Parts: sequence; C-alpha cells; structure tokens
Amino acid sequence: MRFLALVFVNLRRHKLRALIGVAGIGFGVAAMLTILAIIGGAIGMFERILAVDSHYLVFERNTSDLFFSSVTTKQIEGIRVLPQTEAAHPLLFGLVSAPGHPIITCFGLEAGNPRLTRAKWIAGDAADFGRKKNGIWLGARAAKFLDAAASETIGIGRGKFFVAGILETENGFEDGGVFFPLAAAQEFFHRDGVASVVAVQLRNPAQGDAFKQAVEEAYPGLIALENREFNQGYTQFRILRFTGWAVGLCAFLLGGLGVANTMLLSVFSRIREIAVLRVCGFSKGQVAGLIFGEAAVIAGFGLGFGFALGFGALAALQRVPQFHGYIQSAISPLLMGGIVATALSTALAGAIFPARFAARIQPAEALRYE
Amino acid sequence: MSNSAPAYFAKANTVVVHALAVRKAYDRGRIGVLDNVALEVCAGEMVALLGASGSGKSTLLHILGGLDAPDLGELSVCGLDPGNEKNRLVLRRHHLGFIFQLHNLIADLTVEENLRVPALAAGAPSAETKARVRELAESTGLAHRLGHRIQDLSGGERQRVAICRALMNRPQLILADEPTGSLDEATADTIFALLRSLVKDQGVAILLATHERRFAEQCDRVLRVRAGRIEES
Repeated sequence: MRFLALVFVNLRRHKLRALIGVAGIGFGVAAMLTILAIIGGAIGMFERILAVDSHYLVFERNTSDLFFSSVTTKQIEGIRVLPQTEAAHPLLFGLVSAPGHPIITCFGLEAGNPRLTRAKWIAGDAADFGRKKNGIWLGARAAKFLDAAASETIGIGRGKFFVAGILETENGFEDGGVFFPLAAAQEFFHRDGVASVVAVQLRNPAQGDAFKQAVEEAYPGLIALENREFNQGYTQFRILRFTGWAVGLCAFLLGGLGVANTMLLSVFSRIREIAVLRVCGFSKGQVAGLIFGEAAVIAGFGLGFGFALGFGALAALQRVPQFHGYIQSAISPLLMGGIVATALSTALAGAIFPARFAARIQPAEALRYE
Repeated sequence: MSNSAPAYFAKANTVVVHALAVRKAYDRGRIGVLDNVALEVCAGEMVALLGASGSGKSTLLHILGGLDAPDLGELSVCGLDPGNEKNRLVLRRHHLGFIFQLHNLIADLTVEENLRVPALAAGAPSAETKARVRELAESTGLAHRLGHRIQDLSGGERQRVAICRALMNRPQLILADEPTGSLDEATADTIFALLRSLVKDQGVAILLATHERRFAEQCDRVLRVRAGRIEES
C-alpha cells in the first residue's frame, strides 16, 4: 500500500462527502472557465474590430470609454499625411435601439475600410457601401434578430433606413451591429466631424515609435497605442478581465469552503484512526500530508468535472445565436493554467485548518476518546 | 543490580525501559495518576503490570510509548528519551509496537493494508514490507485472511492482526494494554500464548498491562500498580 492508496481509501469511505467537495471545486472551475472564456471572447472580438489591418490605434487621451473618444476630421487628415502612415481608417461607435432590442452597436466607417472588403457579403456588395441613399448595412446576426432582409426599410433609433446590404464578419460583435457610412453616422449620432478611433496601418511597423511621437507632438489631446499595448492597458478590458477573475474566485471561494467542510468532517470522524496512525509511526507532517493529499485529489477530480462541465456549457452556448462569436474558441494555456492553479490552491487552502487540526491530535487523548 | 533490588528493577543486562520518579496528574494536578513510579524492563523479558481499572497502567504505557508526557521523572526507552518529538517518532517507527484492548485497526482496510501502515510510516521498501507481511501472517495463522477487511474477522483474528502490526517494524519492545481484555477466555489464552512465544522466540520485551492475575502470573515478573504507584509483587 502506498501513501496515495491511503488517500483514496479515506475518500472512498465517505463518497458523498468527497463528491460534495469535488462538486464545489468543479462548479468553481466551470464558472471561471465559462465566465473568462465569454469575457475573453468579447474582448477578443473588440480587439479584432479595432485591429483589422492596423498596427496602431489613435484615440482621445484620458477618455474613460472609446464610445466617448473624439478624433476630429482635421486630426484624421493630419495622421494620414504623416510619413509613417500607409493608411488610416476612422471608426465611429454609437449605440441605438430598435423595437425589442434596447442596445444595438453601430459602426460608422468609410467605404474603403478593410473590414468591409474582407467580410463575406450575403446581400449587396462592398463596392456599393455608402452609395445608397439613406442606406445602412447590417451584420448577419443583426439582420437575423431584426428580422430584416436586403432592400427592406427598417426602424433604427428615430430613423427609417434602407437595408442596402448584409455582411458576415469573423466577429460576432460586428455581426450583431449596424454599419453606417461615416458621414451618416456622424449626423445620426450628432457627432459631426469626429470619429471614435483611427486604426492606422504603418508603412513600416518598425517606425512605430516615430509615429507615436509624431502624433502625440502634433496632437497632445490624442494618444497612439500599439494594438498589443492598447489591449493590455485599456481600462475597460482590464475591468472586464478583473471582474471575470473576481467572479471566478468567488465561485472558487465557495468551492474552497466546501473542501474545508469535507476535510474537517473527514478529520473529526476519524480522530481515533489518526491517533492510531500516529502510534504506528506517522509524523505530524505525514498526517497533514494525508489531509492535503485528499484535498489535492478532490481538486483533481473537481478540475476534471469542472472542465467537462465548463466546456460542455461553452459548446452549448456557442450554439445559441445570440452568443455567436462571443465565446472564445481557443482557451489559452495561461487561462487553463490559472484555473488549475486556482483550483489546487483553493482546495489546499481549504485543507489547511483540517490538516493542522489532524496533525495536532494527541494520540493518548484520542485513544481514550470513544 | 544487587539481589535485594526491588522487583521493578530488571535483573538482566540490556535495559530497554528505564523509568525513575515518574509522576503524572490530570486536571491541573488535581487528579494524580502516577506517583513516583520507577521500573526497568530488559530485552527478552515479559513484565506484567497488574492492577485494577483506573490504577494508572494505561497512562504509564502511554508515557513510555511517548503518547503522553510525564509531569516529572526520568525516562529512557530503547536508549532514547521519549520527551522530544524526534525521539518519539524514531521510537514508534523502529523500536516500539503497541497493542490495545480494542485492536484499533483501520476498519476499511484489508488485513494486509493494516499491516503495511507502520512500514508506510517508516518508509520501508515495498518488497521488504511484502515479505514481512507474509512472514507475520503465516506465523500467526492469518495468511488466508490477508485480503479480508477487518470487519470480516473474529475478535481473536483482529487481535492477532494488531499483534502482527505491532511487530511489523521488528520492535525491541511491545507495550500491550489489556490485549486480552475484550476476548473470550479461550481466545484470550491463544493471544497470550502468542505474546509469550514472541518473547521466547524473538527476544522481544513485552510490558503487559492486565487486570487478569492468571496472565500476570505467567510473566517473568509482575509489578502491581495501585493508586498510581508500583509495588513489589
């Protein structure tokens, strides 16, 4: 018999208790995986929206949200003529509502924007973008939930618009949005002459620092960030990620309490047995190791159960049209590692008090205990 | 040691237990359990501690086994002071075996797994452990029971398993606390005979706490424990 076998014997004899511990960790794992995958997916989509064919993003300095950022037409033109700039694509964000749909994201963009040329066109053509009077272009998912077809007239916000085309992008967020020509969007959202961000493609990516310096010298009110820099530093993304981890950690906290409860009951129900192990030569460390071993095995099974549950939930959510594109298809090794480490540390933390209690059992006293 | 030395001092050479002026009280000194106890036990000796329930026999065994600490006194067990945790661990792993009235086996483990527990604690190699388990099981008639769980065994078989477990790491001294106390007369005789044979065949020293005079009288020496004191028999 090996040490691990003794761990399994102890868990096997109180199966229900062990299963409760496994379920606690498992739900924590599933919750964290699902929440972070969804948040990661949403952030990823937003990042892709901003980063299509670009190296740098330029937006208003010290703005709390990109929806409130303003880059003027004059500034856009100034960026376009910088020697490092190959192309600059302004993008205006806005939110509107439609009957039954309180929030729809709108994108105001110019005809040559790469996201239009790269999209799969279900109806209409990229070449016609901005050329149809009073026209809007719908993402495929938006067309579905608005129950709109090409050439129909639909109500968006206070206006009536002609559906000039339907396009499908690789991005679920964009697919659920409405595309306006930039000038029409500026008029509709009363933001004349401004864009929210400018996605800039450089002639030579190595000239990034020079570009950044040139923009910030010419326009102190603007900030230019490399895509990677933006993704790491953008406050909204950081808040989202933090929220995801915080919610996941709360779920784990409950799981950890479950493990603590399981292990405490396990220790209390075999005080005499632990005393016998001590009599047979087990050190305090070995007794504590036994309890930590049980917690680690619970965490291991909890991880297996939680990943199965989490991936199952994600697979199910991916089939829901409203979530299309929001679920991150590839879970990063870092996320998996983080979840494994959190599950293990939660279970082991939950076992600290029971292990300490078990290690301190006085054999003589415990043997007198009937 | 002179011939006039009291019975609680050993006459042979290799002393495995030496205790002098040992005192123990519970409840902040209000309940005195052991009072100025002195004894010696030598290798290959079977010494009975004869006394009524509550006389302090079990407490003395617990103190000698490092399961409890004396309030005062000088102690040496197998050459080690059981006063510190490191020595206690060495004693329990390599020098001492315990047998209790209630066998104190782990019910959910098989006989073999129970026997392996002391070897597991001591980190003994698996092959060596396996051979030792087989050897002990055969010598005590338990070979056919190795795969059975404890709850499937009779009282006598359970106590034989407890004896085998105490012998797993080849101890010099066995502390047996009423090992026949919960057994019927015939089974108790068998168990006592087994303990006696260990002394004779393996040279193990046994300190046997018992309230049964018939077993005490078959030991090499009898020490009476009365109200926490050891008296000559």
